[in-house]
Amino acid sequence: MQSVLDRYLGIHAQALTLESQRMQVLASNLANADTPNYKAQDLDFKAALSAADPTGAASASATLPLATTHPNDLTRAGTTAGAALGTNDGIASTATVPGAESALKYRVPLAPALDGNTVDEQLEQSAFAENSVRYQATLSFLNSKLRALVSALSSS
Amino acid sequence: MSSFKIFDIAGSGMSAQSVRLNTVASNLANADSVSGDPNSVYRAKHPVFQAVLGGLGAGNDAASTSVKVTGIAENPAAPASRYDPSNPLADAQGYVYAPNVNMVEEMTDMISASRSYQNNVEVLNTARDLMLDTLKLGQSGS
Repeated sequence: MQSVLDRYLGIHAQALTLESQRMQVLASNLANADTPNYKAQDLDFKAALSAADPTGAASASATLPLATTHPNDLTRAGTTAGAALGTNDGIASTATVPGAESALKYRVPLAPALDGNTVDEQLEQSAFAENSVRYQATLSFLNSKLRALVSALSSS
Repeated sequence: MSSFKIFDIAGSGMSAQSVRLNTVASNLANADSVSGDPNSVYRAKHPVFQAVLGGLGAGNDAASTSVKVTGIAENPAAPASRYDPSNPLADAQGYVYAPNVNMVEEMTDMISASRSYQNNVEVLNTARDLMLDTLKLGQSGS
């Protein structure tokens, strides 16, 4: 079910939700930077966005430059672990974006700490900064789309 | 609204780190609190952190993991005994017992705690700015 407005806004509405979820995941990583046995997670943004794309314009989302920061960030092997974690009524129900819970994956640690913590604060910080810029970019896309709509609607 | 969980997550991180800073402060303040009894001497205290999986409010999701302090653990290492018969607190053999506080450890702990606290503040500020921008979505001035 897609309204005219949903179609008009395109992928940006889903992208904004996913970016806010990714911000939440990265904030969790930073909050637990000193928690023993905490495993850092991240959203596989590309997978989540193509799963969330209801228009089936997978080609459009596949060509979006919204990819992960580094090829070593996320593991395909970690899919089962991430999917198992997302099963308790998951992100999908709260944010109406399907596929986000299966895109939640554990990071492959470069240098895991002795206490079992795999948070790399520098990596998380840069990912957080990157994600907030992406969020702002999506916001300005949405803003200009809405402004264009308003100016088309107004007579003067 | 799921985005507001970021404030809870970063807030939990900040409170956990401030507990850590508090214990560092008490450890440093009591580094020289000697006692005549090895059982009653001050022991270095350290908070124990634990991740709380999606434990914030209704509509939990795996993505939000806050942190909580489950307790304050005391360092079980034996206190250092020091021969100091002139000390009024010395026991019958002339020994006083000093706390098992490692100054270097505490200082590095303090730096780590304050860095993590700053990280959480940064997260909070960025999330707040983005949320405010989101609230202004579609308004003419933005």
